[in-house]
Amino acid sequence: MEFFQRFAIPHPSPAIYASMVAIALVSIGIVVGLTYFKKWGYLWREWLTTVDHKKIGIMYLLSAILMLFRGGADAIMMRAQLATPEAKLLDAQHYNEIFTTHGVVMIIFMAMPFIFAFMNLIVPLQIGARDVAFPRLNALSFWLFFFGAMLFNISFVVGGSPDAGWTSYFPLAGNDFSTSVGTNYYMIAIQISGIGSLMTGINMITTILKMRAPGMKLMQMPMFTWSAFIANVIIVFAFPVLTVALIMGTTDRLFGTNFFTTGNGGMDMLWANFFWVWGHPEVYILILPAFGLYSEIISTFSSRNLYGYKSMVASMVIISLLSFLVWTHHFFTMGQGALTNSIFSITTMAISVPTGVKIFNWLFTMWKGKIRFTVPMLYSIGFIPLFVIGGVTGVMLAMSAADYQYHNTMFLVAHFHNAIIPGVVFAMLAGLTYYWPKFFGFMLNEKIGKSTFWLLSIGFVLAFFPMYITGLDGQARRMYTYSEATGFGPLNMVSFFGAGLMALGFVTIVWNIYYSFKNSPRDIGSDPWDARSLEWATHTPVPVYNFARMPQVNSSEAFWDSKKKGHQLFKGEYQEIHMPNNSGVPFVMSAIFFVAGFSFVFALWVPAVIALIGIFICMGLRSFELDHGYHIHVEEIEETEKKLGGAK
Amino acid sequence: MKELFPAKQVMGFVFSLVLTVVALLVYFTDMSFTVGMTVLLVTAFVQAFLQLVVFMHAGESKDGRSIYTTIFYGAIIAIVTVFGSLLILIWDM
Repeated sequence: MEFFQRFAIPHPSPAIYASMVAIALVSIGIVVGLTYFKKWGYLWREWLTTVDHKKIGIMYLLSAILMLFRGGADAIMMRAQLATPEAKLLDAQHYNEIFTTHGVVMIIFMAMPFIFAFMNLIVPLQIGARDVAFPRLNALSFWLFFFGAMLFNISFVVGGSPDAGWTSYFPLAGNDFSTSVGTNYYMIAIQISGIGSLMTGINMITTILKMRAPGMKLMQMPMFTWSAFIANVIIVFAFPVLTVALIMGTTDRLFGTNFFTTGNGGMDMLWANFFWVWGHPEVYILILPAFGLYSEIISTFSSRNLYGYKSMVASMVIISLLSFLVWTHHFFTMGQGALTNSIFSITTMAISVPTGVKIFNWLFTMWKGKIRFTVPMLYSIGFIPLFVIGGVTGVMLAMSAADYQYHNTMFLVAHFHNAIIPGVVFAMLAGLTYYWPKFFGFMLNEKIGKSTFWLLSIGFVLAFFPMYITGLDGQARRMYTYSEATGFGPLNMVSFFGAGLMALGFVTIVWNIYYSFKNSPRDIGSDPWDARSLEWATHTPVPVYNFARMPQVNSSEAFWDSKKKGHQLFKGEYQEIHMPNNSGVPFVMSAIFFVAGFSFVFALWVPAVIALIGIFICMGLRSFELDHGYHIHVEEIEETEKKLGGAK
Repeated sequence: MKELFPAKQVMGFVFSLVLTVVALLVYFTDMSFTVGMTVLLVTAFVQAFLQLVVFMHAGESKDGRSIYTTIFYGAIIAIVTVFGSLLILIWDM
């Protein structure tokens, strides 16, 4: 019995017991459902073992939406607790756990898979490739992310959630102050999914550099592909820092090392330093692909080519370098001297310049364009003013002297939500609506989509703009309650109301998907938006080999040229297509990673060692496996093409 | 026969062993901290470069220059990170 006590929740509440029951019921429901409908084989063959970039993209998408709702539930609970002074909905410990998991889930397990979803779905199609460079590695990336996310998410029913903030600063996150296994979950779950992200980075860079269609030069790639390329370069250089910091944190907690302790030569501030060396580039990893999506959408719905293509690329390259030069602005108040703070203030202000260039490029793209106000375009237009406010408050925070006033207040919370929600979340929803027909074969309902946009925008303004004011008035972040005398009550109530509107907005997305699935017409052709780049040149739904013949490219808008200027995109006869085989190894190996991670969290050494051996066996098997893939024959291609409506 | 013998790799292997022995001397002989550290740093970087060029075939592919661009970019970021951290946590604390 003593053995099992470690799995108990240190700080339980009825809500957590209810979640346990709910999780058990849903799991049983899934197993029973799969067995009843005899779908186990289908699930294994078509999804769990797939190496197809489109299916992996869809799985990323589903996971991201799932995590969006989990993180959203956390957010609603926080806003409800703060809606009135001295509320008793959550106690301090629960509030700590909830703001920690909200941050981690939203950044690592919602925003990251969302951008990976679009990279997987779009990049190979935009450059005219049949798949990514390393399809099986891609599957491994996804499953590592997925099992990392699952490991993190079971923390609140097994052993207790992390409670040291999503930044997990030491010494608070050390063994002295965080005694539950929560922070172990943080260290190990992020580590596992971080390995997956690093692999995706390598995979995507190789894909973009090596697998472009004949004739496509680097400066002719569509803007989303450029943004994905730069984001992945940042991933490859930033994630190793996180990996190392997490390993050091793990050994501090599990093996008694002294990297981040306050005694024995350890330095707790080193964690904050490392965390933000990764953390600031991470912001740009998320925002650049979002910018890429906006570029595609704005140019499509303005019926104009993207203004300032070269300056767009140049600004992203500059951002990729500058993003590594600004990390100290996250801890101006840590105690370093004025010289250091001044240097990082200046670099921080400098990074807003290339971002400003991009804003003007989008405005000039729309200038004199024939704008169609579709749902993706609404998000993009709404993004510009809202994001500029986020950017301007960012420059306010960048002034290190003034930052002493703003630091750790709700002003900061308002600022970064103001940058991330219109910047990343709106882009993801715009991209979801824009690319939905390509992958699912029907359009999402425009009317419901527009109400979603308005609910989210108004909800966002009401939820976060009051925080600027309460922050300047002195409301600190991460405080679970406040007294009535502070006068923060009414504005926090407005915030709660705004959060409710946003929640309603997210519910309408689910309703929209259901409604459109039932009612939308299916004969939409392959190019429903009258778009400009290559991903729309193939059929809907996209056949497994993407393009029957390789597209010939000689501009950044080859598909538009083929529609309007008589450019011939596809030439020659069909040829045999070489495709990669499916494999169950990535799934199995990631599942073993989950077991290893869980064992490490609870310091169960025997299963941990066994699982690690299992991981090495999987890697060894791959090394000795001969797998040449398979070929799709010309007759099969002709048949598929005929069924899908003939090649263009 | 001559072109089949991997002379470059064998030389590289011998040289990397020499570098390892030199690095080990720091431990087995009595040097000042500065000298020892200098020897270690120099041998480490030469060793890494040797492995990269001789055994990982850097620069032998068609776009051989791209790998040096990447290393240059990586080196800049590493230098910024290391010296930035030193500035923040030690020199200006």
